Amino acid sequence: MAKYLLLKHYRHSGPKPVPGTEAMMDQWTPDEITAHIEYMGRFAEKLTESGEYVSGDALSPEGTFVRYDGAGRPPVTDGPFAETKDLIAGWMIIDVESQERAYEAAAELSAAPGAGGRPIHEWLEVRPFLADPGATAE
Amino acid sequence: MDHDAVNDLMRTLAPQVLGALVRRGADFATAEDAVQESLIEAVHHWPDDPPDDPKAWLLRVAGRKLIDAQRSEAARRRREERVHDEPPPGPAEQSDDTLLLLSRCCHPALSPASAVALTLRAVGGLTTAQIARAFLVPEATMAQRISRAKRTITGERFDTPGDVGAVLHVLYLIFNEGFTGEISLAGEAIRLTRQLAAATSASAGTAGPEIAGLLALMLLHHARRDARRTASGELVPLDQQDRSRWDTDMVAEGVDVLQDALARDRLGQYQAQAAIAALHDDAPTAQETDWSQILQWYDELARLTDNPVVALNRAVAVGQVDGPRAGLAVLNGIDPGLARWDAVAAHLYERADETAEAIRHYTVAADRATSSAERNHLIKQAARLRSHGSRPPA
Repeated sequence: MAKYLLLKHYRHSGPKPVPGTEAMMDQWTPDEITAHIEYMGRFAEKLTESGEYVSGDALSPEGTFVRYDGAGRPPVTDGPFAETKDLIAGWMIIDVESQERAYEAAAELSAAPGAGGRPIHEWLEVRPFLADPGATAE
Repeated sequence: MDHDAVNDLMRTLAPQVLGALVRRGADFATAEDAVQESLIEAVHHWPDDPPDDPKAWLLRVAGRKLIDAQRSEAARRRREERVHDEPPPGPAEQSDDTLLLLSRCCHPALSPASAVALTLRAVGGLTTAQIARAFLVPEATMAQRISRAKRTITGERFDTPGDVGAVLHVLYLIFNEGFTGEISLAGEAIRLTRQLAAATSASAGTAGPEIAGLLALMLLHHARRDARRTASGELVPLDQQDRSRWDTDMVAEGVDVLQDALARDRLGQYQAQAAIAALHDDAPTAQETDWSQILQWYDELARLTDNPVVALNRAVAVGQVDGPRAGLAVLNGIDPGLARWDAVAAHLYERADETAEAIRHYTVAADRATSSAERNHLIKQAARLRSHGSRPPA
């Protein structure tokens, strides 16, 4: 089994959105939003039942950059940056048999219904975890 | 005795045994370790050989563990131990040590998160694993949080029950954690507050009405729990809840507890908040809500606490009584940096028929929301106004 991170973005510098799917969630109707949330909930349940779900979380869009500024000094902060190109909305970690299966799961997540009940065709970023070397790896 | 029966019994008895040891002068952290060890022995022995008096059994075993711990500590460190020569535990004692234990767990030196975790384990009788699952953190993390909390209060002397206000605040925080997980933390908070109220009904003096006020507040909110979420977990605002799903027995109990507390004429913030909750619970429909009485209670509450959330909620009440413009005027005097400020602004602008402003504030409020459920709810409000609103967004 291998772990994969499925990253969902509010905005990203990756591939262009599929034409006709650009509307943000707050431009959908309330019922469309409900249908979308229910689909996401069922997706996580299905992966739990198949023994592939590890964890998932959503993030607030507002964030701040922070760094060390020397001993005894308070941290330096910068931001939030309203125009940052990459903005992570949340993630799901799955533990699956193969990369193929990870892609299949990501595609299913990307098929969540959006405006007009049509699949949102959202680009999800799939990142394999770096695992521990196996005990027999030498 | 089957496994579940053993667990239930241990959960009830563990805090009583801990209380008895602490009241005799044992150090809280050492006594808590001793009780945990006695529980491990109980799990091994009770299913095959249940004791006649389980509490006395636990007291005896925990007392022995405590003395062992104290002796090895004394031998190692060669120092005077005030608890060293405590008499061995006698027969089980009946007095209730709830307040004594709670005031140790809610010691002001502890962070709120530590106090919450320690309270749930030492007084609530939950296991570290259960508490960790309830807060979605690894068990090792929660175990560290609890043992650090115990170290923090080790050596603190407690001759009198501590600050009741600090205890009530921790119980309030536990209640606010909600009721969606395997362990209903709200239910647990009610159980502990009920226990505290019963244990202190004669002795808490001036704090008594606020203990009752907090219990009433919890009951009057918890009564609405089934109506607060849809099947898929979305939030349902108070004015749209199916009131037939409110727990009327729980409302009645909350009102009784509140009336007794108010009759003692020592008003505090929990009683005032409970009174507001009672007025909402009392309205057969949202339209029949007695907002002018609610506003009077918010005025009272604003005198009792400088909590900014109270100020925000008061602006909503002003909006109901004197109209949304008046509510917005109050809101403009409140720090817009507060997390829910935009949500309140959106609501008031919507009622003032300023759809574009309402949409803008709902959108900002969604970005500032502190939970997914709240975020989704606010996005839907913006979406609802966009699809049905009388004016297009600016």
